[in-house]
Amino acid sequence: MKTTARLLSGAAFTALSLGAALAADAPAEVDTSTVARRLTADEYRTIITDVFGPTIELGGRFEPELRVKGLLAVGTTHVSVTSAGMEQYDVMARAIANQVVDAKHRDLIPCRPANDKAADDACTGTFMAKVGRLLYRRPLTDAELKTYVGAARVATAETKDYWNGLSMSLAAMLSSPKFLFRQVAIVPEPGKPGQWRMEAHAKAQQLSFFLWNAGPDLELLAAAERGDLDTKKGLAKQVDRMMASSRVEAGVRAFFIDNLGFDEFDTLTKDAALFPKFSAQAAADAQEQTLKTIVDLLLTHKGDYRDVFTTKKTFLTQELASIYKVPLVNDGPNGAPDTWVPFEFSKDDPRGGILTQVAFTALHSPPGRGSPTLRGKALREVLLCQKVPAPPAAVKFDIVQDTNNPLYKTARERLKAHATNPVCAGCHKIIDPMGLALENFDGAGAYRLTENGVPIDTSGSLDGVNFTNSAELGKAIHDNPASSSCLVSRLSSYATGRPIDTGMPWAQALLKNFSAGGYKLPDLMRDIALSDDFFSVTPPDTKAAEAAAPNQPAR
Amino acid sequence: MNKLVNRRRVLRGAAGITVGLPFLDCFLNSSGTALAATNAQLPVCFGTWWQGLGMTPGRWVPDKVGAGYEVKVEMRALTPFRDKMNIISGTKYFMDGRPLETHTTGWQIGSTGRIPLGINSGASLDSQIADVIGTKTRFRSIEVSLDGSTQSYSKRAGSASNPSEGSPSKLYARIFGPEFKDPNAADFTPDPKVMARRSVLSYVADERKDVMKQLGASDRARLDEYFSALRQIEQQLDIELQKPAPLAACTVPTAFGETQPGKDIVEAGKNSKLFGGLLAHALACGQTRVFNINVGAGGLRKAGSTQGWHSWTHEEPIDEKLGYQKEVTSFIEWGNETFAELLRQLEGVKEGSGNVLDRTVILWQSDHGIARTHTMDFLPILTVGKAGGRLKTGIHVSAAGDPATRVGLTMQQIMGVPLSSWGALSNETSKTVTEIVA
Repeated sequence: MKTTARLLSGAAFTALSLGAALAADAPAEVDTSTVARRLTADEYRTIITDVFGPTIELGGRFEPELRVKGLLAVGTTHVSVTSAGMEQYDVMARAIANQVVDAKHRDLIPCRPANDKAADDACTGTFMAKVGRLLYRRPLTDAELKTYVGAARVATAETKDYWNGLSMSLAAMLSSPKFLFRQVAIVPEPGKPGQWRMEAHAKAQQLSFFLWNAGPDLELLAAAERGDLDTKKGLAKQVDRMMASSRVEAGVRAFFIDNLGFDEFDTLTKDAALFPKFSAQAAADAQEQTLKTIVDLLLTHKGDYRDVFTTKKTFLTQELASIYKVPLVNDGPNGAPDTWVPFEFSKDDPRGGILTQVAFTALHSPPGRGSPTLRGKALREVLLCQKVPAPPAAVKFDIVQDTNNPLYKTARERLKAHATNPVCAGCHKIIDPMGLALENFDGAGAYRLTENGVPIDTSGSLDGVNFTNSAELGKAIHDNPASSSCLVSRLSSYATGRPIDTGMPWAQALLKNFSAGGYKLPDLMRDIALSDDFFSVTPPDTKAAEAAAPNQPAR
Repeated sequence: MNKLVNRRRVLRGAAGITVGLPFLDCFLNSSGTALAATNAQLPVCFGTWWQGLGMTPGRWVPDKVGAGYEVKVEMRALTPFRDKMNIISGTKYFMDGRPLETHTTGWQIGSTGRIPLGINSGASLDSQIADVIGTKTRFRSIEVSLDGSTQSYSKRAGSASNPSEGSPSKLYARIFGPEFKDPNAADFTPDPKVMARRSVLSYVADERKDVMKQLGASDRARLDEYFSALRQIEQQLDIELQKPAPLAACTVPTAFGETQPGKDIVEAGKNSKLFGGLLAHALACGQTRVFNINVGAGGLRKAGSTQGWHSWTHEEPIDEKLGYQKEVTSFIEWGNETFAELLRQLEGVKEGSGNVLDRTVILWQSDHGIARTHTMDFLPILTVGKAGGRLKTGIHVSAAGDPATRVGLTMQQIMGVPLSSWGALSNETSKTVTEIVA
């Protein structure tokens, strides 16, 4: 838990005088810009916390995000703002700005107006320049700063209150498209006519959102302004600094939350009568368990990415232990909150790897039972980047999954009966055998050996590799080349906001290094962050060039 | 907008006299005077009720076509509304060889008239209607969901969908919170804070717009969506700064506390009733003229049951004696009871000799005809309310084999959207449901 505003705390601020804040002015001459990604809810939240501190309440809700090619990050280049969404951004902006000027947080503002009831352009200018650089992820231009100083002046005049005026100007900045969208300014590549590259501040935000899931910090902004990010050496220095920071964990978590579809936990329900152990707490713990397992293996121990499917090491709370049916001693005082305890399953236990964790098995199950088909589909789509076609229209599900049908006691038998329909068989053949291996985990992820009194058969096969239980399935995924090429594709797509298919040259090059280096996630992240492709931009179209020409109205 | 201005100019120049374009008739009564607080002269309103998972064959389509139809068992909760309701049976969503995204394609056709190519779709019919009848209200439209989610089927052109409000108490705060201006208050003083906010928005307008100068075409289109959303905020503030026209029927509903989010149908039903009351008051108080209700059928369930409504449709065997899915039909009946309760809330707010429902029309649509087999035909469609006399009601129209978009086209036309046809490929139609147009 962060206790202070990382970027706007008193100390950080006094180091920067008004002069310094204003001197770092006007970014390099920008000709045009491209791909505006809308900030995700998480990015918005992190920026506000970094700039104004964790005690600021947002007081609004975000528009639904859009999943494209398996990632919300790719969806951010497609979504805009609806009127209801704009209303919410406006509500949040005003709520945040009101708190920033209130008695509790006013220390964020480094100066005091000469008179509380009148405008004070100097004080407003100092504050807005500093804040603007952090919110826009680049220094404000003179014209922008003048606008916000003027807006505060106008609002102060109408409300006869300096703080009100300042708050309204800040609120306007917080609902500006320059804050809400990640604008990427591009400049012509020197010496290469017709080619374009990202402007330094655009590079800085590309790096920080990817590696830290946050806006650029002061050091990264300074590096951008010095021109460091335009040299290989300077860029490497910043990437290494950021990779060494503890904040990289937030970046890794944000990627896996997106890639594993954990946003769907928000709408996940489990029937309390059937799965009494699956509480809201258990759902939250389940996501945390998978993230902890991943972070521990990939970041803390710099492990092999493929081991996330086989590792026996994990972390449990009391709540989760009861779902897994393993004993876990809580040696805290009676009534103490659940604590995370490292736990290791034995070598021959079918449990182990993130596929057998509640966050996977329960998320890909309907509310009242488990589903080999949903799990198999998720395995193919999420972890192997393969597309499973949607079911055809007018299918009969008569016998499919009546869990009380005396003829078909287990899911395997019910599915077999269903897949006699040749239209259905094609797809079920490629998804069910993988999902059936996870049948030892019920709809809420609890471990079981029988269904309706009949022992569960968990054998199956994946692309020609046979297995008999979930542990061997994990091994099969571990060994399948698609699992690592899929990660490369997803992580590079996530980083750039555009789909990078496994076959693209950049993805191929990344994969080669990833596999040669022993599948280390931090190495892959570094490799992406240092790539030209990571900062490459599509040349602007002629319409944009026209629009960028002087004397053209905005629309 | 430029076109409109130019045309006005051309007309003026050509005729040598001032010829303004006609005002939209929904803002004025027949004699052209300002709106008075009598029912006949109040503006029309439009709502949608999106209830997924269809209805049960044989249990909802009346045998009799035309007026005086009989209400079948699955819709019996709607019996009191028979004479205010139309049933359109037999329509289809056409796939044109495109793959079926189950439970998605149906919504896309039902709400936008087409299956989108790629991620971006056209505007949904409610937002087309809101652009005509909703521009003078505080909220262009209001979206709510009964299952507590933010999902809605209301979209402007592009990729963004209007988020639903899942909590009745939050909707209360949004409509009737401190920013609500009672149209019947004796005196009106513009709030200096609202004035200041409006001034700030004007002041920063150019700074915001310069973002557009530097963008490529596709990004400009997305930012256009942002700016049209922003204009609505400006409009909202402008409306808050004007003394509202008195609306005799407007009263502020009593506040209530936070309720349970509705995953369970009991909670969803309670929330629906609260939403209905709030929407009825919001319409009576002139806060909005368009609303969209997403029932969120797929996520709804009964407490203690092994599966939800959606799972039941696929997995419940057809009862051999009864000939239908017992559990599924009980959910559909719940949906119709919940809809009936919402209609009662609208009827409950009286305006002169009528009530809010009289000047409203609500379009009831679904994603599939028969959810069990994901059919794209046998679609149940209802309209309720006379839309201030623009619709005839109490009629069952059998439109076997016709595109469902006929109903969407009809709704848009009676609301004043200038369209002669709607939809794409086989879903395109220029044939309104003339039987119900007054």
